Amino acid sequence: MEKLSKERAEWIYKKMNDIRNFEDEVHQIFSTGSIPGFVHLYAGEEAIATGVCAHLTDDDYITSTHRGHGHCIAKGCDLNKMMAEIYGKETGLCKGKGGSMHIADIDKGMLGANGMVGGGFPIAIGAALRNKYLKTSDVAVCFFGDGAANEGTFHESINMASIWKLPVVFVNENNAFGEATPQKYASGSKKIADRASAYGIPGETVDGKDLAAIYEAAGKAIERARKGEGPTLIECVTYRNYGHFEGDEQKYKAQKGAEKELAERDNITEFRKYAIFKKLLTAKKADQLEKKSAEDVENAIKFAEESPIPKPESLYEDVFVD
Amino acid sequence: MARRITFMKAINEGLDMAMEKDERVILLGEDLAGGAGVEHLEEENEDAWGGVFGVTKGLMPKYGRERVIDTPISEMGYMGASVGAAATGLRPVPELMFNDFLGFCLDTLLAQGSKMRYMFGGKAKIPMTVRTCHGAGASAAAQHSGSYYGILASIPGIKVVVPSNPYDAKGLLISAIEDDNIVVFSEDKTLYGIKDEVPEDYYKVEIGKAKIKREGTDLTIVTIGKMLYVALEVADRLAKDGIEVEVIDLVTVAPWDQKTIIDSVKKTGRLIIIDEANPHNNTATDIASVVGDQAFDYLDGPIKKICAPNTPVPFATNLEQLYLPNADRVLETAAELIDDLKK
Repeated sequence: MEKLSKERAEWIYKKMNDIRNFEDEVHQIFSTGSIPGFVHLYAGEEAIATGVCAHLTDDDYITSTHRGHGHCIAKGCDLNKMMAEIYGKETGLCKGKGGSMHIADIDKGMLGANGMVGGGFPIAIGAALRNKYLKTSDVAVCFFGDGAANEGTFHESINMASIWKLPVVFVNENNAFGEATPQKYASGSKKIADRASAYGIPGETVDGKDLAAIYEAAGKAIERARKGEGPTLIECVTYRNYGHFEGDEQKYKAQKGAEKELAERDNITEFRKYAIFKKLLTAKKADQLEKKSAEDVENAIKFAEESPIPKPESLYEDVFVD
Repeated sequence: MARRITFMKAINEGLDMAMEKDERVILLGEDLAGGAGVEHLEEENEDAWGGVFGVTKGLMPKYGRERVIDTPISEMGYMGASVGAAATGLRPVPELMFNDFLGFCLDTLLAQGSKMRYMFGGKAKIPMTVRTCHGAGASAAAQHSGSYYGILASIPGIKVVVPSNPYDAKGLLISAIEDDNIVVFSEDKTLYGIKDEVPEDYYKVEIGKAKIKREGTDLTIVTIGKMLYVALEVADRLAKDGIEVEVIDLVTVAPWDQKTIIDSVKKTGRLIIIDEANPHNNTATDIASVVGDQAFDYLDGPIKKICAPNTPVPFATNLEQLYLPNADRVLETAAELIDDLKK
């Protein structure tokens, strides 16, 4: 596995900031009413999407979740087109017809955020089946939440990936809540990674706020998948900064104890410290990347706001391939 | 004269030729071969079943287990995997053993595959053919006999075809596999044994085009799948009274051929639709509504639907026969419509 290089660390730090800025801005703009519909924000979980996607190329596939903006950004989707999509504009990644919950870019290997909890599992193993059938070394990564772990697709898909040794990595983002219900209430197994043994595949639980730990676990699992040795389940224990959706009062969040401590840890600040300590990043470079990220997100908002809304006739387009 | 082969063999041949032509075509489903990993079968390169009805017999020995993939009994898993494989460049042909298992895998078709192209702004293509079977008449009772093509036909982004004969089965299947969209290919399990002339070549039957099976001037009967044979019997019997029935095999349930049917109704002024599905919100209802709207001035009487009753499929043979639309029921209805004509 490739060790975390200076170049990768810079890429990761920029992407982490892109996600945070993007989500904080969407949070702000949503409250003004300029963004329609529902949005589910990824802020707080940046280490997972970036630590995993740092090992991927455009030829690798990912499936995403309700909380998909972070995966999109980490997989290399264009910030301007992403923001325009969330605004419902014609210039959006999906021409304004997908929105936040269905944001996707197949050219970048991003097979879509998903409005169906657990919807990504079978799609990911299908992409992995394609990779294996065509004898490529490409992999598929299935990001999923703790809530999705209790859907039937989890079982069917991981079992099939195991028996066929598919090149897929199942990355669980255990952010403590499926909607408003705590993971510890909804799951019979304490650790989601423990379930891996039932399917005969490796499972590992890592600190989901620790970029380096995720980078390493994902690197090993992706390398294993590329070599044709089969799937891995990685559980990243994390916490979301915002509610399930924007407007959620979050009455279920803990006021004290371990959960509060986890909530108060910021994975971006932690990575900045770590990377500077390991001489992967200088303070100056980190500052520059932060500034550039803020500018990029500002530009994305400007692009989205200035973009036209979709033409009425596009309502009828792209149902079928003609 | 072309050779005569069964409906089942025609489907097998369509799959075989499509697989031979395009390496991206793979089959997924339960027991398409059967006996995966069983040593004595592997040694002889033999399939145990070749599908629960034998439709895919011989394909695994010819193309190997990499292309004829026996899945665990995990309908949503392999149906969703087919969507994922199609979105990334393969042309999967999953088999849902009975259409009654739709509940297990509906999300992958309803919320994922059918919507991907639209949701992703036209970037995705899902070239996937879902083979399944429907139909009462095999004493398979409530959970293995329903006709649910109409449910799938109501979903934007999905095409649905229902062949009534071996020739159409082979040609429609090849068209479905070549189509860049999700096409549901629904086979009536009670037709597997019927024989007809089927060319040996690779040919296509157009999706979206109904077929006039018998021309007539007095009454149009539109049928889906095996209901064609009910209509042909009715047409024969009415011909004895000098009443000429136009029989139209719908062939494609979504998108159905409005022009052929409306043109026929403009000519005959009377319409009966025979659909084996349960009676409400089904394909027959949709046809009735569109024809009522588009050809009202040409109608000489009410549009009539002959469907299964609003019940599950019963087991007892006599009840199952009552459940299925038959010629006597259609004749009774036809008599009401053509009363005026006789006077």
